[in-house]
Amino acid sequence: MPRLEAERGRLHALIFEDPEKTLAAVRQLKGEGFEVRDVYSPFPIHGMDEALGLRETRLAYATLIGGLLGGLGKLAFQTWVHVVDWPYNIGGKPDLAFPALVPVTFELAVLFAAFATIGTLFVGRRLWPRWRSEKAADQPHPRVTDDRFAVMVLERDGSFAPGHFRRLSAGLGPEEVIEGWRVL
Amino acid sequence: MSAIGHSLSASQPLILGDPGYGAIAHDVAGSLEGRPGTAWWAAFLVAASALGVGVVAIGYTIAVGIGTWGLNRTVGWGFDITNFVFWVGIGHAGTLISAILLLLRQRWRTSIARAAEAMTIFAVMCAALFPFIHMGRPWLAFWMGPYPNTRGSLWVNFRSPLVWDVFAISTYFTVSLLFWYLGMVPDFGTLRDRTRGLKQRIYGWLSLGWDGSARTWQRYEKACLLMAGLATPLVVSVHTIVSFDFATSVIPGWHTTIFPPYFVAGAVFSGFAMVITLLMVTRKVMHIEYLITDKHLEQMAKVLLTTGMLVGFAYTTELFTAWYSGNMYERFTFMNRAMGPYAWAYWLMFCCNVFVPQVFWSKRLRHSAAVLFVGSLLVNVGMWFERFNIVVTSLHRDYLPSSWSHYVPTLTEVGILVGSFGLFFTCFLLFVRVAPVVAFHEVKHTLAQQREEARHAAA
Repeated sequence: MPRLEAERGRLHALIFEDPEKTLAAVRQLKGEGFEVRDVYSPFPIHGMDEALGLRETRLAYATLIGGLLGGLGKLAFQTWVHVVDWPYNIGGKPDLAFPALVPVTFELAVLFAAFATIGTLFVGRRLWPRWRSEKAADQPHPRVTDDRFAVMVLERDGSFAPGHFRRLSAGLGPEEVIEGWRVL
Repeated sequence: MSAIGHSLSASQPLILGDPGYGAIAHDVAGSLEGRPGTAWWAAFLVAASALGVGVVAIGYTIAVGIGTWGLNRTVGWGFDITNFVFWVGIGHAGTLISAILLLLRQRWRTSIARAAEAMTIFAVMCAALFPFIHMGRPWLAFWMGPYPNTRGSLWVNFRSPLVWDVFAISTYFTVSLLFWYLGMVPDFGTLRDRTRGLKQRIYGWLSLGWDGSARTWQRYEKACLLMAGLATPLVVSVHTIVSFDFATSVIPGWHTTIFPPYFVAGAVFSGFAMVITLLMVTRKVMHIEYLITDKHLEQMAKVLLTTGMLVGFAYTTELFTAWYSGNMYERFTFMNRAMGPYAWAYWLMFCCNVFVPQVFWSKRLRHSAAVLFVGSLLVNVGMWFERFNIVVTSLHRDYLPSSWSHYVPTLTEVGILVGSFGLFFTCFLLFVRVAPVVAFHEVKHTLAQQREEARHAAA
């Protein structure tokens, strides 16, 4: 959910039973100039990112940064251990035996990259454990995690034509239209 | 792999009879919400008893010492390391199904990925158990980690393959756990919205407030792809490093460059066999044959056939290399494997791993439940003996005939092996009771794609 607290207006919910109708509805509503705030679905809908005009996520940068930190950090640590802090002759090999340091460097790069990816996702999307699910209260229909799809349309003062919205939504074939589901 | 993808057409649906989106969660979650049946209790009782045997055997080992095992000066690694490599290998199929097949866009993975990932987690737990108890003083296990200490400048040797192994296995376990949990978050959301009371609170906590918003899905899908991209080289690196434990030594029979790919192929082979065994039982008990179809099992049988031939190729390459090397110790080791006192173990391995999977050339036999079940069990027997051959047979007759020895496991060691199976199955049985054993959201996604394809075919 985008920062709804900052918005003013009424939020309407259109509930659908299948993903194709949902996607068509989003395209139609956006085409007619309505503001589609979000879509809730039990699984990702192919093409929804483009229909909603979502920007490509930059999550991969978090992975890259995590991986670099983990890999370079561990390589530096191993080098420090074997060259500076405790040089130790093992089978006459050089202190800085780079190939032998690769496996652990690689493992730590992967470990840090994984933590960075999941951590960024969870913090960025505000996913963390809650006993009382305040976030679930944002769901317009109890079955959007099961077999229902919800399109959220924001009504702002001035630019919203209620009659047009009603006619258009009826034509999109929703199972249910919840007008004024939430007043912001 | 792409050949498998092409063979999937709209005429062979991955989900039978279009149950509808709601029915998928209903059927899978329904079995979590109800009480377990007699079949589950019977299985749980057997598994928990086996675990009990293991607890006693491990307790005895720790109390008395590893002198309770059949190891001796010549054969310093026996059942413990055999079991360690066996269980790590089992785990790899889970990562292969969840990560590599995701990157290759193999949609048949969706129904089976969750159970396979769970198998990975539990198998790695079983694997990690063995090096711990092999230390003899497991309470000093923290010595394996590089931590600042008061013994002057004293660090672990980062140039040692055994230290690589510590980092590889712990990273593998952590990343697999994260990936597994990430996959379950939306499904916990579904369960939260289906249940009431305490269960709802627990699933709500686990679901991290999942709401299924399009923005969350966008990032979530990206995160899954990134994690798959990380897990893929990781799984290859882990078994490569496990093989380095052997390959970087100078023991004939271990010191070969073929080990990393040979170990990875063997791991996939044994892991898929275990997935087949587990899922055949799971789908029967949970009545979800329409989600985990014969088609899924058939794909896995094909993977068994392929990887079985890969390990067969590795076995014969080893023999050829030993002969071609001209090295008398290397030649002797392989002659001894095939004709020495442990020849029965070698030929058991060879038959189970190379000959048994050949039955899967036949489509009729790939669809036969009995053949598939017995075949997958035999493959796992074979793969266990492969590790036994590598570990024990290579060690027991070393350079000086005066130090030759024989290794017979004691009851304690057998008890620990039984216990590791107990741990594995106990964990798996508990898992199918508390978590979604089929990834709802992924299967629904597959169903949506299947419907779209059917519409295109009709138009």
